[in-house]
Amino acid sequence: MWTYLFRRIMIAIPTLFLVSVMVFSIQRLLPGDPALVLAGEERDPEVIAYIRSKYHLNDPLPVQYYYWMLRLLQGDLGESIRTKAPVTDVILQKLPVTIELAVLSMVIALAIALPAGVISAIRKESVFDYLANVLALSGLSIPNFWLGIMLILLVSVRLGWLPASGYVSPLEDLGENLRRMLMPAFVLGSGLAAALMRQTRSAMLEVLHSDYIRTARAKGLRERIVVYRHALRNALIPVVTLAGLQLGALLSGAVITEQVFTIPGFGKLIVDAVFNRDYPMVQGVVLFTATAYILVNLLVDLAYAWINPRIRLGGKG
Amino acid sequence: MSAGVRRPLRSRVWRKLLRRKGAMFGAVLALLFLAVAILAPYLAPYDPLRTDWSAVRSPPSPQHWLGTDELGRDVLSRVIWGARASLLAGVVSVAIAMALGVPLGLLSGYYRGWIDEVIMRFTDALLAFPFLILAIALAAMLGPSLTNAMIAIGVSTAPAFIRLARGQVLSVMVEEFVQAARALGASDARIMLKHVLPNAFSPLLIQGTLAVAAAIIAESSLSFLGLGQQPPAPSWGSMLNVAKNFLAEAPWMAVWPGIAIFITVLAFNLLGDGLRDALDPRDW
Repeated sequence: MWTYLFRRIMIAIPTLFLVSVMVFSIQRLLPGDPALVLAGEERDPEVIAYIRSKYHLNDPLPVQYYYWMLRLLQGDLGESIRTKAPVTDVILQKLPVTIELAVLSMVIALAIALPAGVISAIRKESVFDYLANVLALSGLSIPNFWLGIMLILLVSVRLGWLPASGYVSPLEDLGENLRRMLMPAFVLGSGLAAALMRQTRSAMLEVLHSDYIRTARAKGLRERIVVYRHALRNALIPVVTLAGLQLGALLSGAVITEQVFTIPGFGKLIVDAVFNRDYPMVQGVVLFTATAYILVNLLVDLAYAWINPRIRLGGKG
Repeated sequence: MSAGVRRPLRSRVWRKLLRRKGAMFGAVLALLFLAVAILAPYLAPYDPLRTDWSAVRSPPSPQHWLGTDELGRDVLSRVIWGARASLLAGVVSVAIAMALGVPLGLLSGYYRGWIDEVIMRFTDALLAFPFLILAIALAAMLGPSLTNAMIAIGVSTAPAFIRLARGQVLSVMVEEFVQAARALGASDARIMLKHVLPNAFSPLLIQGTLAVAAAIIAESSLSFLGLGQQPPAPSWGSMLNVAKNFLAEAPWMAVWPGIAIFITVLAFNLLGDGLRDALDPRDW
């Protein structure tokens, strides 16, 4: 286990390093003087000189990278050009909103995908299976933002059931928070539900063909027990893996969904930063997302190695 | 690998593909949209850029089948012209992704060693950025335009092709015909292009088709955010960006561009799924 742990971390470190180099390059590749870019609207020569010395912009690139990394390791992602607020603080403030959206989407996706996938597999080639597959393929083909717009049109504009946009903190009013998050979470979860449903169906089909299921049936177990206690439990492994690896997709989807429903989360932060030409903010958000993704993947891999000895002993580094 | 060996397989795949109604439906739809995109100047009833202040946000009517937008432009004409931007973005982005990804994947899998390490770490790093966030960051850096959106989507999609091509090379390299070619003294380039690449063709074709679907959604997402096709040029994503401000007054503005994206993406997904089934040696 320790060898595996060590090997896996040794792979993550160069990846993290490359990610940091790429993100560092974003700013340096921008046209124009980085000091002027960082100064934003400010044109006072003293301020620009201060920025130049603070970020070591007169030094060679590797030296600049070194100081940038040094600040990064202390949790300093720079400050917003617009508001002058530390980027790290803004990210930490927006993050819970997006995490709530992502968790609710995942719950909705699993609640749709698992039963639909299981029933589809048991009743393979039935009307239900056919319909579920058509719906899943549609779910994968509908652009998030259009589904959001159509739901707003139907549920908010026409029926007036749910508010079209805006955000209320769950600490303030949990009921209102859920009312406002329901549509965005459904929109974000629908694509995921489609992917998970297809995965559940094919995993269930594979498991239902295996020998131990035949044995369970031969023992005379009731079909319900065979399906739910024996088959589903094993079919869930790839489904859970896929769900765990959807963090990136959820974050990508959140960018659009938050934009449609005007939710002040992480996704809206990056889009606003892009339009405000707030490059330190863009850089910070991109770096934070990529690092989080690598670390989550590392944890998922380690959890699997811990659960399944074949991975850590099989040398599939 | 003579043509004689390949042909029966190819015709078998064709027959399987032709039997799959979903895939055929997808192929027909995709061709239909392609025809619409090519014939846009002849099919569109109006100039997609022509504003008409006397017909601002007018609902569907015999003059304007799908209604008009906030500047009085004909929605049907804009949807027809929008097909160009979307299909162009889908195909060009995937071509960029393949042009970057396949050679890198081939080199990585063929030479292994430090080349493989460098390329794979670089790929891992690119994969760590969520697709759309990477595309947004690149599009923002390059400046908003359809061309830059295509480059951004292409670069963001490339890692998937690097991985796929590498995996295919690794599985083909152990085959006897590759070892035989090596023993006969074939050059690395010849082995890669004549023996390895043709064997990686099927999975690349499947991935390519599905990637076109994803790229069309990505382009419309970037245009929706204002980072793709710039106004007044029509694109489905940018039409929806404007339409969301007029949902109560002019819902038709939001309905049709979305349906167009949905059907086009569905067509490529159906085709990709069908190809996967037709090219899959194991059947359920």
